[in-house]
Amino acid sequence: MIPELGHFALILALVLSLVQAVVPLVGAQRNSMALMAVGRPAAQGQFFFIVFSYVCLTWAFIQSDFSVQLAASNSHSATPIMYKITGVWGNHEGSLLLWAMSLSLWTVAVTVFSRHLPDAFLARVLGVLGMVSAGFISFTLVTSNPFERLLPAVAEGRDLNPLLQDPGMIIHPPLLYMGYVGFSVAFAFAIAALMSGRLDAAWARWSRPWTTIAWVFLTAGIAVGSGWAYYELGWGGWWFWDPVENASFMPWLLGTALIHSLAVTEKRGAFRSWTVLLAIGAFSLSLLGTFLVRSGVITSVHAFATDPKRGLYILALLVIVIGASLLLYAMRASKLTGGGSFAFVSRETALLGNNVLLTVASASVLLGTLYPLFLDALNLGKISVGPPYFEAVFVPLMTPVVVLMMFGPFLRWKDDDLVAAVRKVAPAFVASVLIGFGSAWAVDHVTWRTVLGLTLAAWVVLASVQLLAGRFKERAGASVGARLRSITAAWWGMWLAHLGVGVFIIGVTMVGSLDQHLDVKMKEGQHAELAGYTFVFRGAVDADGPNYDAARGIIELRRGERLLDTLTPEKRVYRAQGMPMTEASLDIGVFRDVYVSLGEQLADGAWIVSLYYKPFISWIWLGCVLMGLGGVFAAADRRYRRLAAREAAAAGQRVAASA
Amino acid sequence: MKAKFLVPLLLFFGLVGFLAFGLTLDPREVPSPLIDKPAPQFSLARLDQPAQSFSLKEMQGQVWMLNVWASWCVACRQEHPLLVQMAKQKIVPVVGLNYKEVRGDGAINARGMALEAETAMAIERARRWLTDHGDPYVLSVLDIDGRVGIDFGVYGVPETFLIDQNGRIRYKHIGPITPEALKDVLIPKIEELRRAS
Amino acid sequence: MKARSKRLMLVGGGVVLLFAAVALVLSAFQQNLVFFHTPSEVAEGKAPNGKTFRVGGMVEEGSIAREPDGITVRFAITDTAKVIPVSYKGTLPDLFKEGKGAVVQGRLENGVFQATEVLAKHDENYMPPEAAHAVEQAQKAATTLSQ
Repeated sequence: MIPELGHFALILALVLSLVQAVVPLVGAQRNSMALMAVGRPAAQGQFFFIVFSYVCLTWAFIQSDFSVQLAASNSHSATPIMYKITGVWGNHEGSLLLWAMSLSLWTVAVTVFSRHLPDAFLARVLGVLGMVSAGFISFTLVTSNPFERLLPAVAEGRDLNPLLQDPGMIIHPPLLYMGYVGFSVAFAFAIAALMSGRLDAAWARWSRPWTTIAWVFLTAGIAVGSGWAYYELGWGGWWFWDPVENASFMPWLLGTALIHSLAVTEKRGAFRSWTVLLAIGAFSLSLLGTFLVRSGVITSVHAFATDPKRGLYILALLVIVIGASLLLYAMRASKLTGGGSFAFVSRETALLGNNVLLTVASASVLLGTLYPLFLDALNLGKISVGPPYFEAVFVPLMTPVVVLMMFGPFLRWKDDDLVAAVRKVAPAFVASVLIGFGSAWAVDHVTWRTVLGLTLAAWVVLASVQLLAGRFKERAGASVGARLRSITAAWWGMWLAHLGVGVFIIGVTMVGSLDQHLDVKMKEGQHAELAGYTFVFRGAVDADGPNYDAARGIIELRRGERLLDTLTPEKRVYRAQGMPMTEASLDIGVFRDVYVSLGEQLADGAWIVSLYYKPFISWIWLGCVLMGLGGVFAAADRRYRRLAAREAAAAGQRVAASA
Repeated sequence: MKAKFLVPLLLFFGLVGFLAFGLTLDPREVPSPLIDKPAPQFSLARLDQPAQSFSLKEMQGQVWMLNVWASWCVACRQEHPLLVQMAKQKIVPVVGLNYKEVRGDGAINARGMALEAETAMAIERARRWLTDHGDPYVLSVLDIDGRVGIDFGVYGVPETFLIDQNGRIRYKHIGPITPEALKDVLIPKIEELRRAS
Repeated sequence: MKARSKRLMLVGGGVVLLFAAVALVLSAFQQNLVFFHTPSEVAEGKAPNGKTFRVGGMVEEGSIAREPDGITVRFAITDTAKVIPVSYKGTLPDLFKEGKGAVVQGRLENGVFQATEVLAKHDENYMPPEAAHAVEQAQKAATTLSQ
């Protein structure tokens, strides 16, 4: 009964999304307040029904109702409750429902926090969001109904894929989806602005916080996903450049460009058509990512879960949403020229340069991801494009980005003197090159990548310090507190996020050039040495869990005589699917991780053990945290709230005056 | 409308063309090299009476299906109720090819296991599975080492082959049979083959 | 600076950047594409010598053997038509088993494939697409020959 209720609620949500897609748009066109006002309750009602539907599905999982096909294939009565709940989105149908739910959540957030927007504009935004929502809910209902019954019910479920039974997987998909889907708001704002022809600084100001928050979610989602891969896949890698990862990384790159482009549009009125294009592009790449992952066109051609009908449906959705918005862009963009002019040497140019580089980087990821498909389609052979390609493209593209990223803030808007600006940053730049060579020298084997990475990281850190000091000096004479207060949250956000990039580069460079790895055969009592640590194997014991059997290795981590930690990597076999899994064990530190995983047991009772030494790897995620935090600061700037209040008051006066 | 603003749209349509083409590369759309060829000959022990063997000749003269299954196969459970229902409605006789029952199961280390022991284990597991889930098959045969599966070009379980009166493979369904596939593809093909005779 | 020359510089800079990016991507493709071959193709000498490529197929039954050091593994990859011996040093993936599909990446040295990477990203119900492709190819060849 409950699954049917959920199914029915989802149908109601579809009806409401259609209402939301049509009525407010008609209202905006005819200037009818009554019709425009329908958008808000429709969006909120839709949210209610989707959440209700989602809860019903979760209920089937918690209750182990194996008459529901999805629960039967992705849950098990012995699965811990947490993974029963997360099992809901650990599959195609459920993750689509999660997609629709996050879209609905964003829409409701718009109705709540954007009361101050002009009615017609808000109506158009809601209409666009309603269309996207209708597309996705109907996709779910038509091709991937999560409430499909399995009659007669099976006695026991197949359990959630063991790889997904991990704390990281509890938060990764929701964060990622909130990010992905969050770009729909920036997209809807851009389309609404194109429709009304009102693409001005106000539009950029309205969409900035939304874009930034979506970007924060996406950053966090990607970071958590990579952290999960690092400790769950059992061999210490943190980024694999596989299509699923690329699908989230492409919108991130374009989203980063969009945030910066919006800043220019708001402050200087420039880049308007470029900003619109980026807003369309970021969301398009989110949709494309969904297509690539969900249609099975790339990742899993032989996975039986995929269904060609689904691929076709979502491709049609892609064509309608992206095609229509690009057509609208082509019709209206010619009116968008002009805006604030700027000289060649100016902050605008620096931002534009990085924008272009980020877009090119995004395109190169897209190309690398789709290239095997192209060749296969043209019957030119089967290939794989692995990390070497992406690294070969990324390092040269990102190097100027990082240099410009720290140089830009030293430049004035509109026009600046190149010689003076270069003179300002020259000491920091020279110092970073020296630091780069110097610290690369200190390590055993110097590679140009280590030198480059450390130089860039030093440049980011030194330039950040100089920026902060400069900002501090602006109000010489005032108290420290007053000086700190005079710096806006938005500025702190920029500063933190850029510093985060530097920290990230340190992590990537160090782990890329200094990590050590050793596979050894170990018997009880034997020991091995790696990177100055001693690993003593104390044998393996049985360690069965609720839904798996496991052997747990006991390995002492020693430095000299001192016992630092006892590591307990496991080899598990999940009963329901008979699937083996490697569970690594880590000793996490600020400057290094020690990472141990268990291979197979040999006939003579010895185990193959993999030992890893990963210097500075946590800095990768520390950098992501700083970037995310920067985004939060930027979005929380008081300016937005003040402006919102002022605009709301102005709107109130207009209403009062017209009454 | 300036031409340069159309560039993104055109790029996008180029991409869509490729993606659409990519979709057609779906393995289900690619015909098996065995289609319209005589089914590979084999003679395998029957699951119900392991002393007796079964060969293609016994099905001569009728339209039938060979369904590849195993108790460890996840997707088989999904299609199984449909097979049971088909058997009840007597739509078409289905012979089960039990594929690598023991050594195909990732949870069992079958290396070094004697063939007799493996066969006994396979029979025990396969019979229990059919008791639990219902037996829709006219009979099942045991492909312990997967040789017959290789002859048929099986690269995953489940797969289903539609074979005509003359022993030719006329259609191959990859993955679990869905109600839609049954209604829209398999049944029309079966009827067509029956009419043709 | 005049508006026109500024525009020229921006456009010129953009074009240069674009060309640089295209050249970068092309050269990266040139150097880093990893081609995929079936064991039959390798046996026929179609695979490049001394260059990294991938081979996919099934791990032959009874072929897995460990060297005395316990770390180096020898096994054979087959597409049911031809067999390629493989040597690999390191831990094997969880799902690596005899009779199951696998893809190995590495170079061919003196007739033995020295693998640097072993992939077995599948569960019991399907093979990695490349492995399935190899078996399918071999199947095709077998049926053509028998006609």
